[in-house]
Amino acid sequence: MMWLIIGSEAIFFISLIMGYIVFWRTGHFQSTVKAMLDIKLTSVFSILLFTSSFTFWMAEREYKKGEQKKLQIWLLATIVLGIVFMVGQGHEYYGLLSRNLTLSSSEFGTSFYTLTGFHGLHVIFGIIMLIILFILTLQGFFQRKTTLLSTIGIYWHFVDAVWLVVFTIIYVVPYL
Amino acid sequence: MQSSYEIEQPRAAYKDYKILRWLTTVDHKEIGIMYLCMATLFFVVAGLFALLMRTQLAVANNHFLGPNIYNQVFTMHGVTMIFFVMVPALLGFQVYFIPMMIGANDTAYPRMNAFSFWITFFGGLLLYFSFAAGGAPNAGWFNYAPLNEYNYSDSPGIDYYCVGLLLAGTGTISTGVNLIVTILKYRAPGMSLKQVPLFVWMGLVNSFLIVAALPSLNAALSMLLLDRQLHAHFFNTASGGDALLWQHLFWLFGHPEVYILILPAFGIYSEVFQVFSGKRIYGYAFVAGSTVAIALLSFGVWVHHMFATGLGNTVNAFFGASSMLIGVPTGIKIFNWLGTMYGGSIRLTVSMLFAIAFLIEFTIGGLSGIAFSIIPIDWQVTDSYYVVAHLHYVFIGGSLFSVFSGLFYWFPKMSGRMLDEKLGKIFFWLMVLGFNMTFFVQHFLGLMGMPRRVYTYPDLPRFTLLNLVSSCGALLMGVAILVLFYNVYKTLKHGKPASNDPWDGFTLEWYSWALPGMKNFEEVPEVKSRRPFFDEKYPEKADWKNND
Repeated sequence: MMWLIIGSEAIFFISLIMGYIVFWRTGHFQSTVKAMLDIKLTSVFSILLFTSSFTFWMAEREYKKGEQKKLQIWLLATIVLGIVFMVGQGHEYYGLLSRNLTLSSSEFGTSFYTLTGFHGLHVIFGIIMLIILFILTLQGFFQRKTTLLSTIGIYWHFVDAVWLVVFTIIYVVPYL
Repeated sequence: MQSSYEIEQPRAAYKDYKILRWLTTVDHKEIGIMYLCMATLFFVVAGLFALLMRTQLAVANNHFLGPNIYNQVFTMHGVTMIFFVMVPALLGFQVYFIPMMIGANDTAYPRMNAFSFWITFFGGLLLYFSFAAGGAPNAGWFNYAPLNEYNYSDSPGIDYYCVGLLLAGTGTISTGVNLIVTILKYRAPGMSLKQVPLFVWMGLVNSFLIVAALPSLNAALSMLLLDRQLHAHFFNTASGGDALLWQHLFWLFGHPEVYILILPAFGIYSEVFQVFSGKRIYGYAFVAGSTVAIALLSFGVWVHHMFATGLGNTVNAFFGASSMLIGVPTGIKIFNWLGTMYGGSIRLTVSMLFAIAFLIEFTIGGLSGIAFSIIPIDWQVTDSYYVVAHLHYVFIGGSLFSVFSGLFYWFPKMSGRMLDEKLGKIFFWLMVLGFNMTFFVQHFLGLMGMPRRVYTYPDLPRFTLLNLVSSCGALLMGVAILVLFYNVYKTLKHGKPASNDPWDGFTLEWYSWALPGMKNFEEVPEVKSRRPFFDEKYPEKADWKNND
């Protein structure tokens, strides 16, 4: 089921990315990106988000081995990395807004905030699910056999994969 | 016709149910019935809108409805009929009968099933709340940019359009996911994917279409909402937006959507043709395979709604060709159904009559549709009444007739009573007559140059006459619907009780009780062919003994 939802979500993001690319032609995106966005700082936060996929994978491994304590630690690490990424995005938004780049200021603002904002919403949703998972581990839920962890894992890896595409298109491509 | 195969009735299920029971149910059969009730409710409202429009258009230079009201009425008619009548009605049948046909006791996710229904229903209510909030949406069901922007449509109607459809879309996607998992994981022992009934096959392909098509609508609606509420620039041409982006995203959803409305209908017809011809389907693999082909092609034809936007000859030629291709798998199916009837012992029940009428009406709608793939013809008749005629021939002659066909076919299972066939035949003939009167003449009106979505017309030669004929036809359809409602009411009150297998059916839903309780089956017969219940009833003629 999660795969179907992911497929559906993927098409949602493809539509948004198409919107971004359509405005690319007309909106002087290349110069705006170079002037406004801090690729170095965002790269750091992106790497942290990608790391969270790794920590989640470790959590799953420990779960299969039945190591409850280690499972909790890796889950917590994943949550923290997710939150750090969101703090990074908040910091970036704050900086851009104070320089008068808003949703309604230009085509770039419109498509940039929509695309990264919808991704951010998905990360927040993922963090909420991870926190629920974490509480369940504290209650010993994962001593038994369940597919819950791997199901949510599909979602979390998907959110990271979307960011890989979004990051590449928004931040990296203008420098190529 | 009564079959000799009867099962004892466990209990009368629905009669004693209280309101609270319906509000909290997660049983797929009850949810299916609620979907059908919801569709009926919105059908009455949107049908009244249609009658209002035909009253306005009955004579030239009429001022019964002003242009402002007329815009809201035709928009709400289209949006409601598509999203809150046809989709829920067909989903209702699927949610009810797909689990039963594959021998399951419920869908894979019963609670999500209930969630899907309620969120769709509240989406519809939210859409209608726009009337109270200062004006319904008024930019047509496909709601083109930049007319849908705040600086052109300043009533909140289109905001309600966005939110209502986002909710309903979410519900529809969850039902799609639910049905896919149900079909893939919950089939009876021994039932391979090559043996599921064709209605289930259509449901499977249809669910994949839902899951793949709805997200681009959701993305477009989100963008539009950002535009309208936070003044983003997506579709607002005045500030650098791209109006065509809306059309691309909308039709990338919209064309698969029209197949979402016809594939389940094909499924219903496939079952009805088999049972009432007393034969197996002619070319099972072709019906299933051509459906997959239609589903794939449906994502490659959306620009045929946009030929008039000037995308260039290369693009137009590609999409013209791909649109013509659609005719091939659809044509194959028509011959499958004809082949099923050929040499069969045909019983002309109301259900079968609608299926036969569908073959004719849908072929007319298909032929007028394939004409659009010839781009100069499209340019000539686009946005005229020719388009209106075409889309109603496929929506009514295809989708709505399937709902009627399915209703008469499955009503005994859903209510435990038989609909009155005599009243049903009156309903059928009134409906078919009214439908053709209303829409056939609109082909000519369109060719004569009458544009759609304009609230009145000048008194040109023959315009008034043809429009009056069309309006009379609409009235006739209204009368037909009243006959249907009376039939349903009378049947529920004191209709003839049905046995569990009134039509001598082939598939597993007829193996269950006449009015199934919470549990559909105590046990399911071993599935060895595509007609498990037929095998069970007639072991000496069983399909698996002969060939497949």
